[in-house]
Amino acid sequence: MVEVKKRLENLGEDVLSDIEKNKNPDIDIPVRSLSNVIFDEKTKQLTLGDKSSKRFLFNVAHAKPFMQTMLVAALCKELQGQGIHTSLRDLFYALKRTLTGSDENTFDEQSESDPIIVDLEVSLDVLREQLHLNADVRGRVVGNVVIKDRGDTIDWSKLGSGGWAIPSNVEDLTFKSVDADYVLVMEKNAAFERLHEDKFWQKQNCILVTTQGQAARGPRRLIQRLSTDYKLPVFVFTDADSYGWYIYSVIKYGSISLAHISERLGCPTAKFIGLTISDIDEFKLQGFTIKAKEVDIKRAHEMLKYDWFQHPAWQKELKLMIERKVKAELEALSGRGLKFMTEVYLPTKIKKKEFLP
Amino acid sequence: MVREITGEIMDEIAKTAEDMAKEQRAVSVSEFFEKNRHLLGYDNLTRALLTVVKELVDNSLDACEEARIIPRIWIEVKPNGTDRFRVMVKDNGPGMVDKQIPTTLGKLLYGSKFFRLRQSRGQQGIGGSGAILYAQLTTGKPTSIVSSTGNGKSSFYELMIDVKKNEPEIISHQLVSDGKIWHGMKIEMEVEGRYIESKRSIPEYIKQVAIGNPYADITFEGPNGKVEFPRGANILPPLSKEIMPHPHGIELGILRRMLKATKSRTIASFLTNDFSRIGAGTAKEICKLAGIDHKISPQRLEVADSEKLFRAMQKVKLVRPPTDCLSPLGKNLLIRGLQNQFKAEFFAAVTRQPEVYRGNPFQVEVAVAYGGELPQEGSVEVIRLSNRVPLIYQEGDCAITKSVVGTDWRRYGLTQSGRSLPVGPAVILVHLASVWVPFVSESKQAIASYPVIIKEIKLALQEIGRQLQHHVAGKRREEMQQRRREIFDRYLPEVAKAVADLTNKKPEPILEKLKNMVKKSTKAVVDGRGKEETGKSG
Repeated sequence: MVEVKKRLENLGEDVLSDIEKNKNPDIDIPVRSLSNVIFDEKTKQLTLGDKSSKRFLFNVAHAKPFMQTMLVAALCKELQGQGIHTSLRDLFYALKRTLTGSDENTFDEQSESDPIIVDLEVSLDVLREQLHLNADVRGRVVGNVVIKDRGDTIDWSKLGSGGWAIPSNVEDLTFKSVDADYVLVMEKNAAFERLHEDKFWQKQNCILVTTQGQAARGPRRLIQRLSTDYKLPVFVFTDADSYGWYIYSVIKYGSISLAHISERLGCPTAKFIGLTISDIDEFKLQGFTIKAKEVDIKRAHEMLKYDWFQHPAWQKELKLMIERKVKAELEALSGRGLKFMTEVYLPTKIKKKEFLP
Repeated sequence: MVREITGEIMDEIAKTAEDMAKEQRAVSVSEFFEKNRHLLGYDNLTRALLTVVKELVDNSLDACEEARIIPRIWIEVKPNGTDRFRVMVKDNGPGMVDKQIPTTLGKLLYGSKFFRLRQSRGQQGIGGSGAILYAQLTTGKPTSIVSSTGNGKSSFYELMIDVKKNEPEIISHQLVSDGKIWHGMKIEMEVEGRYIESKRSIPEYIKQVAIGNPYADITFEGPNGKVEFPRGANILPPLSKEIMPHPHGIELGILRRMLKATKSRTIASFLTNDFSRIGAGTAKEICKLAGIDHKISPQRLEVADSEKLFRAMQKVKLVRPPTDCLSPLGKNLLIRGLQNQFKAEFFAAVTRQPEVYRGNPFQVEVAVAYGGELPQEGSVEVIRLSNRVPLIYQEGDCAITKSVVGTDWRRYGLTQSGRSLPVGPAVILVHLASVWVPFVSESKQAIASYPVIIKEIKLALQEIGRQLQHHVAGKRREEMQQRRREIFDRYLPEVAKAVADLTNKKPEPILEKLKNMVKKSTKAVVDGRGKEETGKSG
């Protein structure tokens, strides 16, 4: 992409022109925090506001991040020039070194370089993928789907017990055939294994996706493409607690820290299948719940205030959790029998269309 | 519980009192000294040795200054058996007339200093003779004195003091016409004592003498070797003038003694001649106020009338006493004194205008040394001087210490917790010059806390504190800028290379330009501090 390279060069030119004018060089970076995140009611997406902050070279508190931003930008330009990709971890190692005449490193941990990359993304308004940076592979999928990726044809129904590992960049993937009625996304790997073993996707004619915790960009983009390109309904299946529900909201609306790319990652049509606190009564799971911790309750209180959790059904669930100080994991369903999830819970929910918005 | 006093016991008490009265007799000053030597600074062996040295050195410095001679002083303290020392102090002063030597040194409370008011080191007439008395009390040995006034004759004396009569006892005396032309005095004695070299010690005292008298050249030979304190200036401060006492500064007892001693023939002339700030009109007004005849002879004044006179003197409005009797060290000598002893980076001194406490003029001076090689940790060193004499003991009772701890040094760049001495690499010197320094006791180690004295010291400390703060703040600013520059310098090569890569330029000129910005501390570099600025982007 010529455009991305140009933007990186412009960043350098701006800094150079400041230096030539004896001005303190700065980089303008949009603020990525709750205070600058807006929930757009119309598009049902989290978007970034217009607050930004300046990162200066000649400011004791900014000097190091300024240097780090320039180092990442220069490396990204090199990737563009050579047309190669690298992982977040590789980028960290490529840039980590000790500064001459000191015992200080350019970067100490990958946790320092990762946010700098996002800074650059929002600042230049480009995607990490466009910068040729890949995240670690996380998330798996199985179903009656045939795709083409880097020249290989892959049939998701013929990959044995493991399923297909979703790469961080799914932009260049093409679908050959998609035969499914809906997509079922779950937070937990264990639930995925259970449903896969029970041939749930064959019986129900659906696609199973596990995000293995908070959804990474690859699975989110993949879910969005299945939802928009093939008009498949998306159902999300997580633990009944504030963290599980937040995973759902990230898949649906986008996240606070990546609000600038909600448009490309969000799946506004997604619906929540379970678990809810109400399910505990409805499916007689009382004996299999867990006491909610202090942090779970605190998180629930925060989420009560989020614009995208204002629907009465969600307010009710959050308040129930706070009130009863209880949560339930997907495994709670196994308490009612190992096949309760596949044979009773999910079919009932889908049949009755018992979803949360 | 109160015991009822019966008639029998009452008789017993009355009888005992009568017996005691019969046994009472005049106690001579020397006897008093013998019994109460702790009051004069001879309470333990360590302090006694210091007091001996101090009294002799004070006398030498006073004599030199009065004769306008730039002082050269030799001090020797040599051990002579267990807890025994031979102390020798020699000066280049005017020397003493042969006949006056025994009475000046062999009699307590004798001396030229008692009835006059003038800024000098000694003021009670106890110092030199006190040391001689201490020597004879502890070792039984006489003190030997050699002196000459530059007339080709040298006086040799061996003196003791007749304690009962308070009279000199001449053990030997020789006046030799040796033709040697010299002036000065050498006093040598053997005393009991103990020598230390810590905080309150002879070396510390001599160091402070050198600071307070930077025009003096001092050689000290102690048990552990010789130390030279070379002179730091060749100018003596101006000689202080003698003044008559101010009526508001005297006590009834002194007034009675002055009435007896005066040569004036009437009360009116006594008042105008023997006091400062009283003219003929005021003298008459005082007598009228006291209800006594201004023409009567002072010697004939009744005891009751002297009290009335005293009261009237306190009541009349008078001009404050003259202050030209004071001789402060001045800014230059104060700084010179500190520079001579401390390797610091910053020195400052302040001399206040004279003030008056109870009719006595006084003047406060403060100096400070900061940074450099002074110890970073621990409390600051406080040097207390009164009429250029270092005060070594009783710092807790002294108005100077109280003023130092009562000043908020945190605002002047030092650290301090509560009302304690500030902490930091600093020496604080306070000098109080006065015709009559109010000490809390006869050992002259602590200045009494008159509110006006405390106030003056504090004002001086605050003034010097502001100068110190200015220096410290400037230094801190410079250090901060230096640190900032170091931080920037570290990142610049990386930034320059990255910018060069992004713009397809060479990194060297960019780095050069950036380094120049830092080196010249351009506006962009100096201003670029503080938190991230948040604003709306376009």
